[in-house]
Amino acid sequence: MFEVFTLLADWAAYRLLGLTPATKLADAVHFFVEDTSKIFVLLAVIVFVMGLFRTLLSPEKVRGYIEGRSRGVGYGLAAVLGAVTPFCSCSSVPLFIGFLEAGIPVGVTMAFLITSPLVNEVAVVILASIMGWKLTAIYVATGMGIGIVGGVLIDRLRMERYVEDYVWKIRMGAVVRTETDTSLSGRIRYAWGEVTDIVGRIWLYVIVGIGIGAALHGYVPQELFAEYASADNPFAVPVAVLMGLPLYSNATGVIPVAEALLAKAVPIGTVIAFMMSVVAISPPEFIMLRKVLKVPMLAFFGSFLTIAFILVGYLLNTLFA
Amino acid sequence: MKTVKVLGSGCRNCVTTAKLIEEKAAALGVAVQVEKVTDIAAIMGYGVMSTPGVVVDEKVVHAGGIPKPEAVEIWLKA
Repeated sequence: MFEVFTLLADWAAYRLLGLTPATKLADAVHFFVEDTSKIFVLLAVIVFVMGLFRTLLSPEKVRGYIEGRSRGVGYGLAAVLGAVTPFCSCSSVPLFIGFLEAGIPVGVTMAFLITSPLVNEVAVVILASIMGWKLTAIYVATGMGIGIVGGVLIDRLRMERYVEDYVWKIRMGAVVRTETDTSLSGRIRYAWGEVTDIVGRIWLYVIVGIGIGAALHGYVPQELFAEYASADNPFAVPVAVLMGLPLYSNATGVIPVAEALLAKAVPIGTVIAFMMSVVAISPPEFIMLRKVLKVPMLAFFGSFLTIAFILVGYLLNTLFA
Repeated sequence: MKTVKVLGSGCRNCVTTAKLIEEKAAALGVAVQVEKVTDIAAIMGYGVMSTPGVVVDEKVVHAGGIPKPEAVEIWLKA
């Protein structure tokens, strides 16, 4: 099913540009054309289909589902809903306050906020098409697991002390449901709107990700990674995570980089730890969360994720050695 | 004269939304006053959790993302 993108890349690199196969430039161009066409086609198709069925959950609905649940159910439910609910990271703050205002525990709220950027349906389909279902299942399970563990720890350590005081005083108005057009033409218009909205928001991250992936693929020799990033080097995983911290991309954009790293025989745990670090932690996200969280909780949040990603990296490298 | 409030923390999407409404109003010849609400307590007071949200004459008409131009026209004409 996906050979068509390989054929397109063959044609573009060898016929259109007349490059000689197996040269550095040809490899890089081939990678770039194949991934760009494949990722953007998949992205548009998935978002459109989901838009048709309006399966995209809004944070308002999610709040309704979690509200009033016991903590035990809450963490798991928050992680699952985090995985299937897309939301713009610029909404983190109102979402955080809205959840707390509904009486949802801080830990359950954070489980949602951790899982949401890490796992989403678009990234899952693209990840599976490039790296196979097994790897995708591992990625999804660890992403949700980290969200749940983080949420439980935050509540156990009574981190609600470190939520800014004004947050508790905010009273929210009745949540409004804006009217929706459920006719077929209305659905198609809505779904197309979703495609332009989401593609418009993330295309640059995806192109930059594919560009880096293509450069790694074509120009960085495998020996370099074998020397510094093999499973024998105990520092490879922490270094990969620390390198990912200041970088920011969404899950779809980082997949081509991960693909190139895997092709250079970088171990799976190291690659997944790097991916998660790029996607989940970034300076802008911290600046935003600082509006509602005091420094101790923010510090805990950052260090917990860093340590969790490193442990996941070591664990997967051991399991799949 | 309609009063339109754009609810949002000041992110790029909120600026785009406010601009879109101003442009549409000018094109339609409707007198509007567009106001950006960035105070989080005020935003939550409208029951809006996903920004940007749009309030026309104190009624919430939209939440979560840049509104579609056709929708903006309908609000302004109503």
